[in-house]
Amino acid sequence: MKKTVCDLTVTSNIQLNHDNYLLRLHADKKLGKIIPGQFVNILVPGSPGTFLRRPFSVFDVNYDENTLSVLVKTVGGGTHKLSLLEINQRVNAIFPLGNGFSLPQKQEKILLVGGGVGIAPMMIMAKESKEIGADVHILLGAQSRRDHILIDQFSELGSVYITTDDGSLGTKGFVTHHPVLNNNEGFNRVYCCGPDPMMKAVAKISKSHGTECEVSLENTMACGFGVCLCCVTKTKSGNKCVCTEGPVFNVKDLSWQI
Amino acid sequence: MADLKVKIHNLELKNPVMTASGTFGNGTEFDDFIDVNQLGAILCKGTTLHNREGNDYPRMAETPSGMLNAVGLQNKGVDYFIEHIYPEISKYSTHVIINVNGSSIEEYVSLAERINELENIPAIELNISCPNVKEGGMAFGTNLKMAEQVTREVRKAYNKTLIVKLSPNVTCISDIARAVEAQGADSISLINTFLGMAINIETQRPVLSTITGGLSGPAIKPIALRMVWQVAQAVKVPVIGMGGIMNAADAIEFFLAGATAVQIGTANFIDPTVTLKIIEGINSYLDKYNISSINDIVGKLQM
Repeated sequence: MKKTVCDLTVTSNIQLNHDNYLLRLHADKKLGKIIPGQFVNILVPGSPGTFLRRPFSVFDVNYDENTLSVLVKTVGGGTHKLSLLEINQRVNAIFPLGNGFSLPQKQEKILLVGGGVGIAPMMIMAKESKEIGADVHILLGAQSRRDHILIDQFSELGSVYITTDDGSLGTKGFVTHHPVLNNNEGFNRVYCCGPDPMMKAVAKISKSHGTECEVSLENTMACGFGVCLCCVTKTKSGNKCVCTEGPVFNVKDLSWQI
Repeated sequence: MADLKVKIHNLELKNPVMTASGTFGNGTEFDDFIDVNQLGAILCKGTTLHNREGNDYPRMAETPSGMLNAVGLQNKGVDYFIEHIYPEISKYSTHVIINVNGSSIEEYVSLAERINELENIPAIELNISCPNVKEGGMAFGTNLKMAEQVTREVRKAYNKTLIVKLSPNVTCISDIARAVEAQGADSISLINTFLGMAINIETQRPVLSTITGGLSGPAIKPIALRMVWQVAQAVKVPVIGMGGIMNAADAIEFFLAGATAVQIGTANFIDPTVTLKIIEGINSYLDKYNISSINDIVGKLQM
């Protein structure tokens, strides 16, 4: 759909654990198609200290109810303010922004890897990939048991694998320690979102298996639609804006030393 | 409906709201959000003679009521501009102005000569104030002799409307303004960003890859307004004011201080429709006070 800037109405704001909230927003105008991996740039209401908008991956879209949802992890003043939003409050948003993941084909075997709040775009990605008929595997990593959220919902969409840094749930260690990623299990494509070191490590393993890998970057940005030129990442064809030419990149196009 | 038309030298603008270079891409990035033709003029992203990759990431830091940027004039150079961007922006009926940058006088002049040939570009903004490039840029705008020299040489090479964009990082901005006016500037735009910095106390490192960057946004508005007021009294050519304008009330302050037109910069990042809201707000203000023309409030600060 065309990029739009408008007010959205909060229809629910559910606390998932100690620092994650699922914010569902209703649009007055009919939502166009949003591609998994695209993002929404939200103006935080009532937070004068938050000067710029805050970008969030689209977590899910419900076209029947005309809502989209985002996963908000409270990390600073802006996200804290968003966590306090109540039903019927309005928030201004620009969306959909950026390019999404390449969707798999029917019967392709794919692995979605999400670390921390990087699981956000993986919900809509898993949902659409399942609808296409892909064989969906989902690897979720977090620091500890209490940081893992939405495992049940992910389990409805594919085979789920869990890691925790402290071993309190699933395999102990980082996602890169999990056999589903390490043993070459014949995935057609790996999709990844999380902290940069994690994405680089996942990309490196995928490369060693000869598997295509797409990552979703989250560089800081001022605008979100390609005019401030602040969110650039180095690619093999020069600096590219993460907001308009990403946030999803095929790792082979990036200048990562892996 | 008040008369919003203003004149910047030979250039008649349907209203006094322009976009600030580097905050509006080449205009086309806003086509989804607004009818760009409703603006008085648009200023394209700073252009140089050759391709520039710009500075390394991170290039941005959010600061109280503003932001620092250290983009470093990333652009694909004038050849690419003429071949790919110019045909696309020629569709606009509003004025499209090119922001011209260089690291030497020769580069500024060569670029101005190239743009002089472009039929649909009625003006250039000579940027002698970019704080984020190692060579040239602000060095020209913070040294009176160099500001004079670059304006003089570009003036010889360029025969359409020449706007010179000043840096606020100087001891007396009126002196620089008078100097570039004397060398043939048709208009003066100010201000570019203030040199600033931010430090991440967790890592104890600078936030920006370049250590320092340019501060913009409402944080700088009172200083910008003071400088516009000073320059408007120092020169006869029209002044284009900018610096932290977020709404129509901010813009009206600049008109009262002596700006004939304004540029909207950082506000575009937060609300891509803000320019049209500002035009509407200026019109409402004039109607409210029964003022028939925007020109009737320019420099009309009551003392």
